[in-house]
Amino acid sequence: MTAQSSKRSLWQRRHLRNFGLYVSAAYLIALLVLSVLAPWIAPYSPTHQDLGAVLMPPGPQHLLGADDLGRDVFSRLIFGAPLSLFGSILAVLVACAIGLPFGLIAGFSGGWIDAVISRTIDTMLSFPAIVLAIGVTGALGVGLINSMIAIGIVFSPTVARLVRGQTLIGREALYVDAGRCFGATNTRLVLRHILPNAVQPVIVQVTLLLATALLAEASLSFLGLGVQPPQPSWGAMLSRAYHYMEIEPSQMYAPGLAILMTALAFNTLGESLRVLLDPTMKNR
Amino acid sequence: MQGRRSLRLIGHGLLQAGPILVMATFLVFALMHLVPGDLAFTLAGENATRERVEEIRSLYGLDRPVLVQYGSWLWKMLHGDLSVSLLSGEPVLTSILHRLPVTLLIVSAAMALSLLLGIPLGILASARPRSLIDSFVTTFASIGIALPSFWLAMILVSLLALTFQWFPVSGMVEPKVNLFDALYHAFLPAVALAASGVAEVARQTRSALMEVQSSQYVRTLVAKGLPASQIFWKHGLKNISVTLLTVTGLLFNRLLGGTVVIEAVFAISGMGSLVVGAATGKDYPVVQGVMLTMVLIVITINLVIEILYALLDPRVARQ
Repeated sequence: MTAQSSKRSLWQRRHLRNFGLYVSAAYLIALLVLSVLAPWIAPYSPTHQDLGAVLMPPGPQHLLGADDLGRDVFSRLIFGAPLSLFGSILAVLVACAIGLPFGLIAGFSGGWIDAVISRTIDTMLSFPAIVLAIGVTGALGVGLINSMIAIGIVFSPTVARLVRGQTLIGREALYVDAGRCFGATNTRLVLRHILPNAVQPVIVQVTLLLATALLAEASLSFLGLGVQPPQPSWGAMLSRAYHYMEIEPSQMYAPGLAILMTALAFNTLGESLRVLLDPTMKNR
Repeated sequence: MQGRRSLRLIGHGLLQAGPILVMATFLVFALMHLVPGDLAFTLAGENATRERVEEIRSLYGLDRPVLVQYGSWLWKMLHGDLSVSLLSGEPVLTSILHRLPVTLLIVSAAMALSLLLGIPLGILASARPRSLIDSFVTTFASIGIALPSFWLAMILVSLLALTFQWFPVSGMVEPKVNLFDALYHAFLPAVALAASGVAEVARQTRSALMEVQSSQYVRTLVAKGLPASQIFWKHGLKNISVTLLTVTGLLFNRLLGGTVVIEAVFAISGMGSLVVGAATGKDYPVVQGVMLTMVLIVITINLVIEILYALLDPRVARQ
């Protein structure tokens, strides 16, 4: 391969990757705007019942049809966006709130504290994630907030393990030694020097976790443990569509596609950020 | 010599799995104490009399210190007593043993599909980087990972079971009654479950093989004039076997969890429907029993993988 063609293909690859980044970022921003403006954009209220349109196929009156209670599927899809997004963000925030401090403490202190935290991380990761989430939701009680806290708890070891690894590297760094020589306290070393340097991989992981959280929220809502009726999350909509699949199968396509596209956008964004934030990966 | 080495590896693995096993049982036990409010009150159910609540409290030993409670709970578990369901009164172990084969059949079928399709796809993609087939595999992998498996299951049911009637819509046959019929019933659930598995295996195989291809020793082998096929079969596959083993372990854990939702779509009475029903109905002994069984299975699989690692990779054994 000549140097010029290799340079060109590198240029093409970079732009293709950036294209993925732009498209996914644009999609997510649009989804966020849609979530905020839902009451003004949606043609109907998510709970408005048109009893003459029960299980109506897609048409001019109801763009994506109406569900078994005569509610407009398109409107419920729009109102489902903020719930599904809020659920995923809450879960990831909980995961970070637990995982970050434990990862920092384990990595920085070492010794028996690290051993105990690391074994706990290994133990939690031995449970199939969704089963642990179901168990915790069962204990806390069903509902969107509780199920998302459960998913956050289940994801926290992933964050903790990553932060621990980064802290282990940071602890040995020269600038941390320098800080210590200047009399910095451990808290200051961790919060001002180690944490900022560990944050990049965490940002990437958090973006990827948003996709996993979205899928987990959809699963739990589908199983009836997440969002409770009449609230419209995408997973809950699929659960209703499932019961009437034989009569009106068209209702299951839109919510599933919405979940797929949003999870795909979070994953693409995460992968692009990984490359963008890591200079060693730029030329791959 | 080999036998003694294997024994030592197994011993080492067991030593590592021990603490995790103890912690896992403690986590499962502690789960009940996450229940907000007075646990005895919740267990006794609504409209229970004060006497009934106190009876439940002493029955479950809730009036004793937590560690004592854990000790006696663990002792019972070790003797196969997983308590009884609060809703049906059936021993939890009986329900689990009745439903486990079905779940394991679906998970094993999905696992087999993931490896049988994922590895060749990964190899194909890595053989011609940035070709059409590579783009296809990479795109498929991205979609497979973001796809909600239960949605795919619904589409499969709607298309292949309801419209074309090639497969049963729901239900399951017990593997010990008729294995062939059971596999026929397990096919669609396994395909839905395996979609993300195929994607993950293909992706990992591809990236591991690409890394091997760009390594110094492969460059040396090429320079020495070894044919590409020999490099691939003798050096490439051998070196990615450790990666594949790791992926298999993680995937098994994920598929075991994923089957919970898939069982709901196909109305299969396996471990998944058991735990979902129990979590909704606040039947804590059943939830604990299912979680304990699943985590035991995962820990055992991880232990086996740990031992295989050392057998495959001499560097691990030396550590």
